[in-house]
Amino acid sequence: MDKFGFSISKGRQIDYDFNNRRLAEYIFEKEPSFRLCIECGGCSATCTTANFTAFSLRELNILIKRGENDQVRNNLRKCMLCGKCTLVCPRGVNTRNIVVLAKNALQKYDEYEI
Amino acid sequence: MRKHVIVIGGGVAGLEVAGQLSKVGIDVSLIEKETKTGGHLNNWHRLFPDRRKSSEVKEYLDGMTMRSEIKLLTDTTIEAFRRTRNHFSVTTNRGNELTADAIIVATGFDLFKSARKEEYGYGIYNNVITSADLEKMFTNDKIVLTNGNVPETIGIVHCVGSRDEKAGNLYCSKLCCVTAVKQAIELREYLPESKVFCFYMDMRMGGAFYEELYREAQEKWGVSFIRGKVSEASETIENKLLIKVEDTLAGRPLKMKLNMLVLMAGMEMSEGGKKLAEIGGLKTGENRFFTSSDNHFGSNVSNVKGVFYAGTCTSPMNITETISHARAAVVEVIGYLKNGEN
Repeated sequence: MDKFGFSISKGRQIDYDFNNRRLAEYIFEKEPSFRLCIECGGCSATCTTANFTAFSLRELNILIKRGENDQVRNNLRKCMLCGKCTLVCPRGVNTRNIVVLAKNALQKYDEYEI
Repeated sequence: MRKHVIVIGGGVAGLEVAGQLSKVGIDVSLIEKETKTGGHLNNWHRLFPDRRKSSEVKEYLDGMTMRSEIKLLTDTTIEAFRRTRNHFSVTTNRGNELTADAIIVATGFDLFKSARKEEYGYGIYNNVITSADLEKMFTNDKIVLTNGNVPETIGIVHCVGSRDEKAGNLYCSKLCCVTAVKQAIELREYLPESKVFCFYMDMRMGGAFYEELYREAQEKWGVSFIRGKVSEASETIENKLLIKVEDTLAGRPLKMKLNMLVLMAGMEMSEGGKKLAEIGGLKTGENRFFTSSDNHFGSNVSNVKGVFYAGTCTSPMNITETISHARAAVVEVIGYLKNGEN
């Protein structure tokens, strides 16, 4: 059969039912303040990394909660763990700890492929 | 026998309470810590949502309280009060001893002290001002920078001291969003060449005609609304204010140089109210405002028999709500004076 070069591209939608949100569950448990984010972007505004690279802690938070883990993985390593975001946050979210926890969790995931 | 009620605080709530009580033949001693009554109304030029002059409301309240039943005590604060059987004995800072059948607390609010949010530079950089400072500029009919120039770009920061765990205030002050919109419109009207930007976390337009005002700000006045919390301001070498914010809807950090930054200071329990809570054994909540006996049907009732609340000493309220709350307090007091029960 002739092939015309068509392919099915991956949808842009967040597939909420399909996505695996174990990472979010894990962080909710270890750092309950993770639930308090209201997406104000104060963290990203003050973030040195965000000013130079395509990195947004606010976005990272929501991606973790939606289970968009591939994007999370690519972004996490950019954080330098300076903690300025935590100083700014009006909701008292321990933003720095969220990054630490996510890094740990993904590292374990990669090591043991669980 | 005529009844006597002490009203503590001569702002909107206190004046309304005093006026309404006097109308039904109850004697009132109105205690005000400042030299004149009116409270925050005196510091505001125009009011949302219709931008009427605040002096009009002041005139109404003054008219209400020009009655012989009301004894006004200015420059007066309360040092002690005791409850003995069905009477209160109150000692003032001026050494007066007053007795009354009931007390209405109308100690109102203080504006959040914006210098506490050091990252916004109030009191550090020139041209970082508060919503109250801007009102004063409108009253004086002069919107200028400290160097005398007219501002071309003005940023308005919402939620300064409200919804902010770092400031110790978890609650929303409710009025700052609509004040921001009102002041943005006024700035555009006063300075047609200027550009005005509002930086908000959420636009809380939950009052009558607020949303319409928001729409007018966009449609008629071209005010720009950018969703993101300003993380900090700094001063540039050319004396401009550089702010950092994430434009959360674009998903990218944004920086902007402005001539003037206006901070929407939130509402806090007043210092006078705090002192009164201490000396009167009145309960306050986590938000430091007075705690009412019931959120739904007892919002004027305190934990002390014969003591009632009116207005923003219980929570942030606009003037309409404050006047309604004050009238409700009057109903509670009349019931109490008749039956001896809160």
